[in-house]
Amino acid sequence: MSMNRRDFLKIAGISTIAGIGGTALAGALKKGALVAPQTAPNTDALTGKRWGMAIDMSKLKSDESIKRITKACHRIHNVPDFSNTKDEVKWIWTETFEHSFPGQEHKFMPEDMKHKPFLLLCNHCDNPACVKVCPTKATFKRKDGIVMQDMHRCIGCRFCMAACPFGARSFNYKDPRLAKNLQEHMNPEFPTRTIGVVEKCTFCYERLVKGLKPACAEESNGALVFGDLDDPASEIRKILASKHTIRRKPELGTEPNIYYIIGGNDYAVVPEIR
Amino acid sequence: MKIYNGGKILIGLIVFAALFASPFYLNRGKATAKPELKIDTPEIQKLEDKKCVEPKEFMRAEHMQILNNWRDAVVRNGDRNQIIISGQKYDKSLQNGCMKCHSNKKDFCDKCHNYVAVKPYCWDCHIAPKEKKS
Ligand code: SF4
Ligand code: SF4
Ligand code: SF4
Repeated sequence: MSMNRRDFLKIAGISTIAGIGGTALAGALKKGALVAPQTAPNTDALTGKRWGMAIDMSKLKSDESIKRITKACHRIHNVPDFSNTKDEVKWIWTETFEHSFPGQEHKFMPEDMKHKPFLLLCNHCDNPACVKVCPTKATFKRKDGIVMQDMHRCIGCRFCMAACPFGARSFNYKDPRLAKNLQEHMNPEFPTRTIGVVEKCTFCYERLVKGLKPACAEESNGALVFGDLDDPASEIRKILASKHTIRRKPELGTEPNIYYIIGGNDYAVVPEIR
Repeated sequence: MKIYNGGKILIGLIVFAALFASPFYLNRGKATAKPELKIDTPEIQKLEDKKCVEPKEFMRAEHMQILNNWRDAVVRNGDRNQIIISGQKYDKSLQNGCMKCHSNKKDFCDKCHNYVAVKPYCWDCHIAPKEKKS
């Protein structure tokens, strides 16, 4: 068959158009097919723009009450317990005042404040250092302020652990399912993690969508108040407006969203402090 | 023509050919039948309208794509809108959606995955339901 240049170009042009158009069409059809028939909007969910928490230390009176809180979180989120610091994985934990608020301790402060265990968790910072360094966007800031961890994407590079100034992140050095506590009990409604990924508190995003408060807040008898910091009418904003609160390492500029009411009323002799 | 070390080379070649062809003759006659999936778990039997979120043929070919989309919707966009099929609501979730009906991972997921020799790592994190006889 002989063909002149002009015919050849015509055919080539038509096949290109057919090729591109065809794939685009097929793509559009395929996409269309993936849209589920009907969806029901989730109306139960708690919604907010900047979730935060106020922790009233004067309401956390005993070690048991604190343990109940950390246990509640770790139990429902299948957090492994290897009982050694090297392999430790923690979403919510305790530290002394000096380690929680470095630089703010002084030698004349109430003796028992020095030794009181402060409850710590991810601060869901407004300006999270962990998110900036993550090369895969496995950790990212959601519209509601939650600093989320997408385990499907995490490659375990641990940049985020180095970046977070609060020690809020843990690496899975071992297969978490080998931990004794998980072999005994796993929450079948929540996944575990796998070896080689980083995990942390996710502000109970899976409970918020069901209209439930975070598990730690629910377990705390009112010591942990969860709420939307962007809503001036919220309980948490009322607390922040009426009581003096401090945050961890605010000088670093990550803008933490966990506030602490340090208390001390137990020791003050002034009768009427609000 | 003379081949140096001809004997050794020949033996070597035969061994190589035998090893190379081993998958073919070792598996001969064992051709596994097309996997038959069980979709009669107690949960499915309880359903009035036994319908998945998409038609069977589509699910067979594209379920991994659907799971991928759900993951993006739920984890990345926080979209937990449920899917309604014949009045029944389903979570966009492997662990709390799919597996609530298909409570027989061994006779459902694994059968096909083993047949086509794929090892999806869903189950490294997601917890499979307690195996139920179907
Ligand atoms: S506390 Fe650490 S992990 Fe949490 S958002 Fe801030 S920087 Fe990230
Ligand atoms: S360990 Fe995971 S979450 Fe952290 S920076 Fe690396 S990929 Fe991102
Ligand atoms: S908010 Fe939820 S995930 Fe975070 S520490 Fe509290 S219980 Fe754990």
